[in-house]
Amino acid sequence: MKNIFVALALLLATSGVTAFSLTASAQDITVGSKKFTESVILGEILKFAVSGDGVAANHRRDLGGTRVLWSALLKGDIDIYPEYTGTIRQELLKGTDTHTLPLLRAALAKQGIRMSAPLGFNNTYAIGVKKETAARYGLTKISDLRRYAEFSLGFSNEFLDRGDGWPSLQTTYRLPQRDVRGLDHDLAYRGLESGAIDGIDVYTTDAEIAYYDLFLLEDDQRHFPTYDAVILYRADLADRAPKAVASLTRLEGTIDEVRMSAMNGAVKLDKRAEAVIAAEFVISRLQISATAIEIGFAARLWKSTRDHLVLVLISLGAAILFAVPLGILAAGHARLGQLILGIVGIVQTIPSLALFVFMIPLLGIGGPPAIVALFLYSLLPIVRNTHAGLRGIDPGILESAAAIGLEPRASLRIVELPLAMRSIMAGIKTSAVINVGTATLGALIGAGGYGQPILTGIRLDNTALILEGAIPAAILALAVQGMFELAERAVVPRGLRLKSVG
Amino acid sequence: MFNLSDISKSFGRLRAVAPTDLHISAGRTTVLIGPSGCGKSTLLRLMNGLIAPDTGRITFDGEDVTAATAPSLRRRMGYVIQQGGLFPHLTTRQNITLMARHTGWAAADIETRLQSLTDLTRFPRDALARYPAELSGGQRQRVSLMRALMLDPDALLLDEPLGALDPMVRYELQTELAEIFRTLGKTVVLVTHDLFEAAHFSKDIVLLRDGAVEQRTSMQMLLAEPASPFVEKFVGAQRGLTQAPEL
Ligand SMILES: Nc1ncnc2c1ncn2[C@@H]1O[C@H](COP(=O)(O)OP(=O)(O)OP(=O)(O)O)[C@@H](O)[C@H]1O
Ligand SMILES: [Mg+2]
Repeated sequence: MKNIFVALALLLATSGVTAFSLTASAQDITVGSKKFTESVILGEILKFAVSGDGVAANHRRDLGGTRVLWSALLKGDIDIYPEYTGTIRQELLKGTDTHTLPLLRAALAKQGIRMSAPLGFNNTYAIGVKKETAARYGLTKISDLRRYAEFSLGFSNEFLDRGDGWPSLQTTYRLPQRDVRGLDHDLAYRGLESGAIDGIDVYTTDAEIAYYDLFLLEDDQRHFPTYDAVILYRADLADRAPKAVASLTRLEGTIDEVRMSAMNGAVKLDKRAEAVIAAEFVISRLQISATAIEIGFAARLWKSTRDHLVLVLISLGAAILFAVPLGILAAGHARLGQLILGIVGIVQTIPSLALFVFMIPLLGIGGPPAIVALFLYSLLPIVRNTHAGLRGIDPGILESAAAIGLEPRASLRIVELPLAMRSIMAGIKTSAVINVGTATLGALIGAGGYGQPILTGIRLDNTALILEGAIPAAILALAVQGMFELAERAVVPRGLRLKSVG
Repeated sequence: MFNLSDISKSFGRLRAVAPTDLHISAGRTTVLIGPSGCGKSTLLRLMNGLIAPDTGRITFDGEDVTAATAPSLRRRMGYVIQQGGLFPHLTTRQNITLMARHTGWAAADIETRLQSLTDLTRFPRDALARYPAELSGGQRQRVSLMRALMLDPDALLLDEPLGALDPMVRYELQTELAEIFRTLGKTVVLVTHDLFEAAHFSKDIVLLRDGAVEQRTSMQMLLAEPASPFVEKFVGAQRGLTQAPEL
């Protein structure tokens, strides 16, 4: 048994070293992006724009949402990311007066963050109709819709619910339409194409706008907030890499809605790589040389596997080393035991994204917070099974152990732990399988692993890419389970596998 | 060897041992007997310090049995619990020699001691490699006894060592054990609820009732001069058990 712990400790030490050597060096610039295509393309563009002149840039793509990126920017784990003014005003600096750009800049500066001038496009909601429809009825702006009460409209469910969505749009423009249904966004485009509906909600940079040849009605009463794309970057970047900041400013005003939706379309509809599209853009618009490095399947798989293994091995190993003693403690002291089991149980109920976001200010993004979260999630099954295994031992056996003169620690080591081993191993197996699965969520905070292709695959509606993450994750779960089954044979005493003869 | 003065023990509201004095003399066998639940097992646990008395004082060989002294004193008293209490994950050999190995005996000494114990209990040596689950009930009892005797203790506490056995094996082991105890000349405290078994082992029989000593004497005297109607009833019931119903 001792050997197992020694082996685990060694494993932890080596994988810990690997994990830290993976993190970028201090001079590098780290770009972040959210897990939707436009953000990833902009992230790639930013990466090309700031790198060069001895400055290397890396791109942590597909991070799990505004909060993750904002916290990581404040913490310094990323230096730059593309954001929208509407999001900054309504989510990040809510409650602060930011209604003009100078006010917005000042509020950001207080947090050590700077903002570029708008990139040139506004990605907000708009109402789209077919070009023929617009021509036939003479539609140019949203208020023109007032004349056509018989129009049927199909909106995404989010748009039907949002404060700035359909309910307030209807009030602002006094729109008379009664035939309004909730639809999946992709289906809405097809409904419009087939003529089943006359108008839908769109994001102004959706690739489908060009693809389906839509006409966007002007928001003549300025109902929708502006979501001008801007670049947020840390104030200290100007000192660290002045040239990089200079090249960022060259991006200002260079991307309009048409260009952005064309780039979105090239990725989403034509299935081209974000890096390739971004490289084309910087070469033609900024005259910067850029080469998109296409990573092959094997290299990609190897990287996800390595990242995933680091997450699983460190977090699971640490959980075993910590949870078994915790379970022993819980089994030995009834009151304390209830407390320990209670706390570990509560930890399990915290949603993973919330836990991740909570840990970013302490640990940043990437491997460490993911490992801590996985560690916490792995505790419960092991603690509970260790506790149950020890508490389930026949009292007569415990009495005998004490009666022959074994001290409590010796009794634990020689008698109790071996007898509880089957239950402990079952807990470890459960933890391991949960851990391998949950580790895919690590991609949301830039920890990589099999979650990366899954996340990208979902975003691009690319099944092959989803499977590239899902299949190895399933295989790894089975392999880990099998490994522990073998280990179980080694550590569960043979005498426990016998049936009594009478 | 054991001296219990004015000890009592309650579990919650239930009084398992009433204030009691009990002296166990060295070098001979004393039998504790009484109906189920009268506190026999509790008394043994008090003697080897597995539980602490609420009142009173217990000494073993002149030393106080307390939480602090119990673990080391216990190595000088072998104890066989009611259900045998063999460790299922260890082989017979490992069960018997566990404490000797734990306290650092030399391998050769362990072998010699094991040899003499298997001789003494007439235990088949090829069964030493087996696990408790692979032994018969009688063999398990012998193993429990060997484990209790391994460190050559001054005293032996046996809680119904033959309780779970069928009558044939039981009778055979009774004879053997009595013989072993005579050879060893150790202080033995043996619990049973069978008066005839008690008589088999000793003339010093302690009859317990509701956690207190009701009468202490030989079987003949219990039959001839019961100290109370309870003793008379207990003895009568035991006799009735051995008489065939009249047809
Ligand atoms: N740990 C305990 N907690 C609560 N009650 C107990 C405990 N141990 C014993 N008792 C109670 O104390 C009383 C005496 O128990 P004890 O085991 O000493 O009886 P016994 O004479 O050995 O009976 P038996 O012949 O059935 O083994 C019983 O009523 C029993 O239920
Ligand atoms: Mg008993």
